[in-house]
Amino acid sequence: MSDKKEREPLFSVKNRKLLSTPLNKENPITVQVLGICSALAITVKLEPSVVMALSVVAVMGVSNVVISVLRKAIPPRIRIIVQLTVIASLVVLVDEVLSAFMYDVSKQLSVFVGLIITNCIIMGRLEAFASSNKAWPSFLDGIGNAAGYGWILIVVGFFRELLGSGEVWGYPVMEWIGLYDIGYKDNGLMILPPMALIIVGVIIWIQRAKNRDLIEENQ
Amino acid sequence: MKALRNYLDKIKPQFEKGGKFEKLHSTFEAFETFLFVPNTTTSQGSHIRDAMDMKRTMIMVVIALIPTLLFGIWNVGYQHFLAIGEDVGFWQMVGYGAIKVLPIVIVSYVTGLAIEFGFAQSRGHEVNEGFLVSGMLIPLILPPDIPLWMVAVATAFAVIIGKEVFGGTGMNILNPALTARAFLFFAYPQDISGDKVWIADKPDTFSGATPLANAALGNTDALPSFSDTFFGFIPGSIGETSTFLVLIGAIILLATGIGSARILLSVFVGGLVMSLIFNLWGANEYMMIQPHMQIAMGGFAFGAVYMATDPVTASQTHRGKYIYGFLVGLLAILFRVFNPAYPEGMMLAILLMNVFAPLIDHYVVEGNIKRRLARLEKAKA
Repeated sequence: MSDKKEREPLFSVKNRKLLSTPLNKENPITVQVLGICSALAITVKLEPSVVMALSVVAVMGVSNVVISVLRKAIPPRIRIIVQLTVIASLVVLVDEVLSAFMYDVSKQLSVFVGLIITNCIIMGRLEAFASSNKAWPSFLDGIGNAAGYGWILIVVGFFRELLGSGEVWGYPVMEWIGLYDIGYKDNGLMILPPMALIIVGVIIWIQRAKNRDLIEENQ
Repeated sequence: MKALRNYLDKIKPQFEKGGKFEKLHSTFEAFETFLFVPNTTTSQGSHIRDAMDMKRTMIMVVIALIPTLLFGIWNVGYQHFLAIGEDVGFWQMVGYGAIKVLPIVIVSYVTGLAIEFGFAQSRGHEVNEGFLVSGMLIPLILPPDIPLWMVAVATAFAVIIGKEVFGGTGMNILNPALTARAFLFFAYPQDISGDKVWIADKPDTFSGATPLANAALGNTDALPSFSDTFFGFIPGSIGETSTFLVLIGAIILLATGIGSARILLSVFVGGLVMSLIFNLWGANEYMMIQPHMQIAMGGFAFGAVYMATDPVTASQTHRGKYIYGFLVGLLAILFRVFNPAYPEGMMLAILLMNVFAPLIDHYVVEGNIKRRLARLEKAKA
């Protein structure tokens, strides 16, 4: 009986929060401003953005679980090295899978798959959450944060591809609508990295206009 | 006049709090202060009484821009008929130019003001006057053949991302007109650079290269004469070809005390110094171009007079203004000569220095504090 009492339902309110707050109120990119470099580099097109988002979800979910399971066995002094080893081995796995099955995309992502290792979001969650929580909540936390990172990437990638190359997932939508015939031209600035920052900025703007409590005080 | 005032007074209550059109208060106020000098005065503290408010300052700049606009309209026609080899009268050139230029001006103003009014309404503050100038500057630094929808997109980008996100007029880091141009330059390079766009409806048989483009290619023999370049009978952006008229605008700005003489002077000095250094260096044809020609070519003078002196984005301290202006001039020539991918260095030089202006001010102020502290120590001892 007592055993039953302690057991939390798999998707309790608390656990659901772990999954949902990183999507909005504690978004890694727009609120914590982490992982910006990859958001700039690989969001020129939608497809690599989605693949990158999925890779990070995979790496983060699994690494959070592994670290959480091992959390009592890892000596605190060398925990960073252990965390890095776990992340690195997972990233190598993801990299191999990508180059085996999605060669073109993995070419486009180039070093940025490898650089998932240095993505501050992953290390941050391992340190802040997985190393002091049980496996299931850690898993949810990892998936949630990776998804929070991923949806920003996908939105940015969508707009940059649509406005910069006139395509969505490689399909020439702008041509289908017939915009080029009436004088429309693709926006070359969208392909340049600064535009990713500006789009992220606009997302931050919209988000804070809706959640006023996220607005920082002027110092 | 009286009737208009009476009419405004009559409808005013409807726009006050609780009135029928309360939501449109900003719009009403914008028009009222546009038509009449506002009758509100500051009641506390001592203030300098001056008839110049923001709107009238801005209008003064627009007046200083009118000569370049009118000349630009004529020049667009002149260049067009020169290119197609037709000999037509003065008014036909003006008429053709007006058909090309005025839509750009209208699109720029309508887009920009619509966004300004929208933001003022939603934020519940006054409509900012700053766009009166930007809306005129944007068309003047664009080529005559630019598609109108691009003007609209660039203006919207400049006003929203360049200005409103920072808090509107007076808070922007970058000059809005140059932001619009830089946006177009990077987004649609084929429509705002190269040798096809500077003459309206240019036939393919005619070379439409601007002096800057020729200089960048090393064709210094193909450069027009200095007087043509100085008075502006050359292809280029609509309003910037005539350095002479730009200087007349500069006199208006200086006489009314709107433009900063410190910035203006130091920009030209910076440009001359850099050109002279290149003359002495002389590694290629471009470097050998005379300093006075460098100043007359492209948008150097236009940028110096109307954009580098923008009181919002320039340095605020006196010594800072000298440094800022000097570097703008110097960098503009440097970019031109060293980077053929960006034929007109003035735009990028001003935008770059806009970003550095607060830093320059910071160190000027710090330096001043240090000096005075040292003096204080001395006096104490």
